[in-house]
This record gives sequence, C-alpha cells and structure tokens, in this order.
Amino acid sequence: MKFIKFLLVGIFFGIVLVKSEAVSWYRIYEMFKFESFHMYGIIGTAVILGVLAVALIKRTKLKDFQGNEIEMPDKDKSFTRYFVGGSIFGLGWAIAGACPGPMYVLLGTGVWTILIVIAAAVLGTFVYGLLKDRLPH
Amino acid sequence: MDIILQPWPWYVSGALIALVMVLLVYFGKTFGMSSNLRTLCSIGGGGKYCGFFRFDWKAERWNLVVVFGALIGGFLAVTYLSDGSVIDLNPKTVATLNGFGFSDVGAGLVPPEIYDLGVLSGWKGWALLITGGFLVGFGTRYAGGCTSGHAITGLSNLQWPSLIAVIGFFVGGLIMTHFLLPLILPQL
Repeated sequence: MKFIKFLLVGIFFGIVLVKSEAVSWYRIYEMFKFESFHMYGIIGTAVILGVLAVALIKRTKLKDFQGNEIEMPDKDKSFTRYFVGGSIFGLGWAIAGACPGPMYVLLGTGVWTILIVIAAAVLGTFVYGLLKDRLPH
Repeated sequence: MDIILQPWPWYVSGALIALVMVLLVYFGKTFGMSSNLRTLCSIGGGGKYCGFFRFDWKAERWNLVVVFGALIGGFLAVTYLSDGSVIDLNPKTVATLNGFGFSDVGAGLVPPEIYDLGVLSGWKGWALLITGGFLVGFGTRYAGGCTSGHAITGLSNLQWPSLIAVIGFFVGGLIMTHFLLPLILPQL
C-alpha cells in the first residue's frame, strides 16, 4: 500500500511528460537547435517554481508526511565529473531524444524500440560502475 | 475537455513537473530518475562485479514504482488524453529534418526513421539506439544525475555542481545536434 502514492505520482509524471511533448525526440532536437522556446519554458518554469518551493520548505522547516525533517543534501564539490559526465550524457540525449525519465514513458506510449535504448543505458551505467575508480572525478 | 486533449502549454507543464518534485520530497524521497538504472544493475547481479552495485536496492523500490507509473501514465496519455494533433514545431526545424530525409515530422512523438521497428533490420538502427542509450546511461551516472536530478532538483536547490552538469548536458547536446547529427541522420 505504501507504494500506491509513488505509483500515482509516476502516472501523473508520465501524463505530464506526454502532454507537454517533453518526451518527443523532435522537441529535444528543436531545443538544441534553439528554434523554439517550448522546452526552455518547461524547464525554466519548473526550476523557478522549484527554487521558490525549496526555499519555502527550508524556511518553514516543513516536515515530510511522516513528520521527519526534510533534507536536501548538497552535492559533492567537483568540476570534472559534472562537466565531463554531463557532456557525455548530452551527446546521448541528443541522439536518443530521451533522458532516463522519458525512456519509460515512451515505452508506455508503445515505442517498443526504446527498450534497446533502456537496455543500453543500463549497460552504460554498469560500465561506469566498472570504470568508476579509474575515471577522474 | 478540449484543453486536456490538446498539447499542454509550457507554463502548465513546467509547474506540474515542479509539483512532482515537491510531492516526492514531501514523501521523504527525491526526484531523480536515473538512479533506477543503477538499481536495475544491482537487481541484475551487478554487485558480483563491482561494489558500486552492492547496495540495498530494496530501499530504492519506490523509485522503480515511480517509473512503472510513468510508463502507465504514458499509455494513458496517448490512449485517452490525446487528440492526435501534430507537434507544433518550428517550420525551420521541420525543413532541416526534411532535408535529412525525415518525413511526417512531428506526426508522432518520435521519428519513425529512428524508432520504427523496421529500423532493426539494419545495423545502423541498432547502432544509433545503442549508442544513444549507452551514452545517456554512462554519462548520467558519471555526472551523478540527469535532467530530473540535476536540472530540476539540483538547480531548485541552488547547487553549483548541478549547474555545471546542466552546462555539460548542453555542451554534449549541442555538439551532437549541430556537428554530428547532420552527418548521421541523412544515412538512416
């Protein structure tokens, strides 16, 4: 039962991503061509409201639904891993037109070949795990 | 009802994505979709090969439930909540893709030239899907997050590392879109 709320949030998320067209390869391509405001508008709105929401959560010391402190830990300080890892991610994002959330949404919309992308993404994560200690972070 | 069946404007979509993040935070979790790839590695026995995949993946089951929900949401949205309208892309974008030999641009969510089952009859289709997926999976874990974890959650929490990651997302995306895809897409 405790998973029901996560299932509902996920369903909501999937619907939003389809209706916003954020799962569309074409929208990602258009974004990287700087030929539409659409994706920038979506991400920008989410971030601006997100900044306000997180600030409010911290200021009011909001507790989560079980009454525990809400913690939003700082990310580790570094440059290399974020810039290099991010750039590798970006190369793949522009090919597949889908990042790790939309991949599952696209599977739900009946794009069966996205299973190959998901499997390759799992493999990529696995290879990162193998090489982790030898890569600059 | 028409308003729901038509594509949703960016400001509505952006606000609802922020709501998803807030809900997950309120449920004591965090909004980060790429973590599921690591969880899948762990479930698949990745812990036998390296310590990175030796963790209590059962504690991460909630996130798998979120992506399972997202999958259902995708199905519901295209089956019951869409009017089949063509994506309202910039005519310049459409013209560029037509020039690469793409047809019916924007008619579906993804280009049939990349994602139709028919592409699996040749090596190029496989190579493109595998390369794209692999780079996403490798890069996201290297960077410690993806669009949800860095671009939405990290930036909302004013994290410099997330801004660096997002700049990286764009460096990679722009190189691929402007320099490599013009060479690759006409070959499909």
